[in-house]
Amino acid sequence: MAKKSAHVEKPKPYTGSTFKVSIKRQATPDAPSTTEVFNLPYRSGLNITSVLVDIAANPVNASGATTTAIAYDSNCLEEICGSCAMLINGKARMACSALVDTLLHENGKGEITLAPLSKFPVVRDLAVDRSVLFENLKAVKAWVPIDGTYDLGQGPKQFPQIQEQRYPLSNCISCTICMEVCPQFNDSTNFVGAATIAQARLFNLDPSGAVLKEERLRALAGDGGVQECGYAMNCVQACPKQLPLTEAISDVSRDVIVQQVKDFFSL
Amino acid sequence: MAAVPRIIVVGGGLAGLSAVMKIAEAGGKVDLFSIVPVKRSHSVCAQGGINAAKNLKGEGDNVDKHFDDTVYGGDFLANQTPVKNMTAQGPAIIDLLDRMGVPFNRTPEGLLDFRRFGGTLYHRTAFAGATTGQQLLYALDEQVRRHESEGRVTKYEGWEFLSAVIDSTGVCRGICAMDLRSMEVRTFPADAIIICTGGNGAIFGKSTNSVVCTGSAQSALYQQGVSYANGEFIQVHPTAIPGEDKLRLMSESARGEGGRVWVPRNKNDKRPAKTIPEQDRWYFLEEKYPKYGNLVPRDIATREIHKVVYENEMGIDGQPMVYLDVSHIDRATLERKIEGILEIYEKFVGEDPHEVPMKIFPGVHYTMGGTWVDFNQMTNVPGIFAAGEADYSIHGANRLGANSLLSCIYGGFVAGPNAMTYAKNLPATQGDGGHAAEKLRQLEMNNILLHNQGSENPFKLWRELGDTMTRHATIVRYNKGLREADEKIVELLERYRNINLSDKSQWANTSFAFSRQLYNMLQLARVIVQGAEKRDESRGAHYKPDFPDRNDADFLKSTIANYDAASDAPKLTYEEVDTQWIKPRPRVYTSA
Repeated sequence: MAKKSAHVEKPKPYTGSTFKVSIKRQATPDAPSTTEVFNLPYRSGLNITSVLVDIAANPVNASGATTTAIAYDSNCLEEICGSCAMLINGKARMACSALVDTLLHENGKGEITLAPLSKFPVVRDLAVDRSVLFENLKAVKAWVPIDGTYDLGQGPKQFPQIQEQRYPLSNCISCTICMEVCPQFNDSTNFVGAATIAQARLFNLDPSGAVLKEERLRALAGDGGVQECGYAMNCVQACPKQLPLTEAISDVSRDVIVQQVKDFFSL
Repeated sequence: MAAVPRIIVVGGGLAGLSAVMKIAEAGGKVDLFSIVPVKRSHSVCAQGGINAAKNLKGEGDNVDKHFDDTVYGGDFLANQTPVKNMTAQGPAIIDLLDRMGVPFNRTPEGLLDFRRFGGTLYHRTAFAGATTGQQLLYALDEQVRRHESEGRVTKYEGWEFLSAVIDSTGVCRGICAMDLRSMEVRTFPADAIIICTGGNGAIFGKSTNSVVCTGSAQSALYQQGVSYANGEFIQVHPTAIPGEDKLRLMSESARGEGGRVWVPRNKNDKRPAKTIPEQDRWYFLEEKYPKYGNLVPRDIATREIHKVVYENEMGIDGQPMVYLDVSHIDRATLERKIEGILEIYEKFVGEDPHEVPMKIFPGVHYTMGGTWVDFNQMTNVPGIFAAGEADYSIHGANRLGANSLLSCIYGGFVAGPNAMTYAKNLPATQGDGGHAAEKLRQLEMNNILLHNQGSENPFKLWRELGDTMTRHATIVRYNKGLREADEKIVELLERYRNINLSDKSQWANTSFAFSRQLYNMLQLARVIVQGAEKRDESRGAHYKPDFPDRNDADFLKSTIANYDAASDAPKLTYEEVDTQWIKPRPRVYTSA
């Protein structure tokens, strides 16, 4: 199924000469957090990552004191590497595609707030440790167990319909926004989160990857597994790449139950 | 000889991960170093596809034609033997990727679909929507995660390569790296190292590259005695979205799927693009290159756009922009084949390219030059290998679209096994192999930087470097400008000594890490401008109006830069190009 294209309103130009950015800062994982305010010269076409580079090039806060550059993760700056997720005006999203013009209108205050994702350990300032997702991907064996990298000829034929189901799932950029916004993703449930479940689905759909389907489903059964999902649907709304996350979760849920029944009767 | 060879791979993009897979599969132990989690490497940005002459469209394509297109596209500067090997392996590499589960687009019969790309007349490019690099990177990342979970690979993500550890006999014995959180500097032993650290777009300030593409590792090695080749060959991609912070790539696949480049015939035409009738549009690429049309090689398309904007002064609204139009293609096709890139345009520009033509301009995109390697991907320092965009092989003076993903995987597949063979025959280390001395050298460099009391800001110096490089060393080059650029870089190197870090802390200090990269960018920038200044001809991406023709008699040679410590400057020499398979001929795309 083809994705709907993301229709975005062209932001109206901001008329002020400066704008205010409040940033939640934390020097180390154990340090208390503080808020630092910056008044920055306005240019059209800014996004949040360029705001952060502007601060690095002139690290002076609103009270005129010299400060340090903001620590944050970024790489591609075009919303495909998944690095720069953070809370912008309180909402989890990618800093590179968050346009200042849009944000200044958003809360009507002509002000932008930045904070680190709240459900991952803070490394420093806006940089957090999201390695839990990569560990989860190991747990569900999110790969095709090929025999080897030597030339074994063509892969299996695959109808376009299968590719069209798999491709959207394979667009996951591991930004962890789906986990951040999920009410069930917390220490008490140990829920793996939507991204991991979607990857399990992706590999279960692959003709060769399906050889590990049962193992993946067993890994997603029980505590922290797919059953923890409360169907709040926050994930699918927040996903910057519009992955069909709730669809993947319900498909995997069904498959997990079937697997559990099979396992119970040792089928 | 080590019982189990221990290999360090630096960089976790396609080239690095390819090397890791081969080594792990052959029973070696790999330590994989990457600044970012490997799944966030710059390969993820590649869009359009990967070339291989599978000939699934009944066109009579074959690997020899792919070989010829690549050498010809590169204006005969590439050593031909590795190109021949790469193109020969293309079909098997695609098959492997397919077996790994890459969601390539399919034909109704369930076979791989192929699209056209620049510099060829064949449908030779396999693709997964317009996010092919992302899909390939993920497939390799998954395979490496599997090896990691089975104990053959250890990842050091969030570590930055600082230098190679080289023993008293000139043999590499490991690397020195810095943890970007704790700022700890450590050396790691290895029997061989493979550098897969990508391109150096950041030297130009704004480019299509990711933040980590600074060329810092290649430059550090160059300063340690590793030769750097063809530095002056930088690809400027014809179609990027101009932006405040970066130039976002608009893939060649937009043209491969029928996108057309045009400007209004009348430069004062103020009508909205969609309402300008066909006869009032100037499709300048199609007009000048009837055979290849919008799919001429990138250097040519880039120069034509530059000319339309700056010589003919026909940029849209007088701005440095031309139209890239896909709005005539039906929505279903666009969604199936290039939705990913159209989404990027819509998100960052706020206009819907399904409805209105995109506005684009060329942007620095790919580093054809790089660390010098032999045909086994080994550098001139024993034990140091390189692969992917970081090395100089394959693409010559201009890279063809969709050849980069192939060259990265090919390079990794050659470097990995050769590093294993080398490691198995390596005599044991004498003493500590230079580890203590190298660590000390790096700690001293850190100390100087942290205790400087000057007034310079590293990010401001970087912006000045980018402005200079973009002005003098991109699409059109003049010797006077190149010399000015070199002088400017020397000035920036001088001012670098006066950097005053506002942040002197020892935890996740990004300005500090960036300053280390900046020094290396400055050193490598000199290699680029000096190589360009000395090359008095025009070849591929290197274009000098004062020397408009290719000059094989004097310059059918690779530029080799070696760092001269005494003068703190590059020393340039030249090396013959391997042209044993295809005789160089004039490169003309206006006819067949």
